Amino acid sequence: MNTADPPGWLSRLRAQQGALAAPARTAADPVNLPMIRRWCAAMGERNPAYLDASSPAARANNGIVAPPAMLEVWTMRGFTPDGSGGVANNLLGIDQMDAAGFTAVVATNLVQEYPRHLRPGDLLTQAVTFAGVSDQKNTALGAGHFLDYHYEFTDQRGGLVGRMRFRILKYRPARGGGATAAAPSKPPHPRPAITPDSAFFWEGLNTRRLLIRQCAKCLHLHHPPGPMCPACHSCEWSALQASGRGTIHSFVIIHQPQLPGFSYPLPVALVDLEEGVRVVSNLLGIGADRVRIGMPVEVEFSEVEPGYVLYAFRERGGT
Amino acid sequence: MTPVNFEQVRAGDALPALSILVSASVIVAGATASGDFEVVHHDVKGAQARGTPDIFMNILTSNGYVQRYVNDWAGPASQIRSVEIRLGVPTFSGDTLRFEGLVKARNEAERALDIAVTGTNSIGQHVAATVCVAWP
Repeated sequence: MNTADPPGWLSRLRAQQGALAAPARTAADPVNLPMIRRWCAAMGERNPAYLDASSPAARANNGIVAPPAMLEVWTMRGFTPDGSGGVANNLLGIDQMDAAGFTAVVATNLVQEYPRHLRPGDLLTQAVTFAGVSDQKNTALGAGHFLDYHYEFTDQRGGLVGRMRFRILKYRPARGGGATAAAPSKPPHPRPAITPDSAFFWEGLNTRRLLIRQCAKCLHLHHPPGPMCPACHSCEWSALQASGRGTIHSFVIIHQPQLPGFSYPLPVALVDLEEGVRVVSNLLGIGADRVRIGMPVEVEFSEVEPGYVLYAFRERGGT
Repeated sequence: MTPVNFEQVRAGDALPALSILVSASVIVAGATASGDFEVVHHDVKGAQARGTPDIFMNILTSNGYVQRYVNDWAGPASQIRSVEIRLGVPTFSGDTLRFEGLVKARNEAERALDIAVTGTNSIGQHVAATVCVAWP
């Protein structure tokens, strides 16, 4: 990437350097002993200054103080069911990097300064400033940009109690351990979570076969595969190769959220195979405007990335 | 461990090494205690769906262990003033993280030490830190 000629999105992001990276956030709870104790238990921290009000260390500090490393804990957003409750979510620049294909994130540097100890009762507010974005760098993880954020933590009286500088790398994961440092033009396809019970199914796809788990005792077919036959509870099984013919039982059209690797609007179908089981699938050559319940379909395999085969269904007898 | 006092310490002194067996429980306990609910720090399948082989330690826990390591040696009369952390390879569930430390510098006026700490696992260096600890 030529620094004299950055892409438009990068220039627009750079123009926001110095702006707040997120709205200021005040902690849900003041600094408190239960969270301090839970932290110390998790880290194996036994410093009596954090744990024992009667210890000489705590008395020298006029009471228990919080472990300094907890600085950013107090204003964390906490659990959200969508899994977005991490340290780098919702900061200015993240969405822009995702849209440019730099979808993966890793923290690289952290600096914290503690002007004073925190005590139970202190109520913290954090303000995060977007401090800049680097030119594109080729790293061991893949091509990406470093993003810098500066945090200031203040107490209930507005006094500065902590400073933090945080640097993350937003990158496009390199394939094959960084062998292709030249960035792929398409974002990577998300990979399935493969379990011992489902491994045969994914291996079947690699040889262009749609395999269904069949009970060895009662011959019941079931999908998605599990360890035990839901009909007779036997754990003996074999794999049956499906004909690949079926009909669309139902479908949805996904507009949001949009993941890299797919094009939207994205029809996703439930297909009844003629063997009698139902599978979830993408469709090929059947747009959101044309998909309908009852449509006869047949399977087709495509290698979406080298060594990674997926199945989809195409209209049977159609084009 | 017997706490050290500032007067005894010389630049170049080594801290005793500490090895932590990083089970999944250690990772989840650290992520939960730090309020970090990013999927990659508690959900194996969620982590795999994002392209990593397993759950791995979050940055707040790495920082927590670095400071705990220094506190174990320096003792409760000292106070940590600042930390600078450079993160390297991830620490996955089941790995062992070995901390080592070295006194880099003494600041007589501040009664403070700069301690260089490294945390290394089976893949490589997970964390390299400089911790400033003072005896007020």
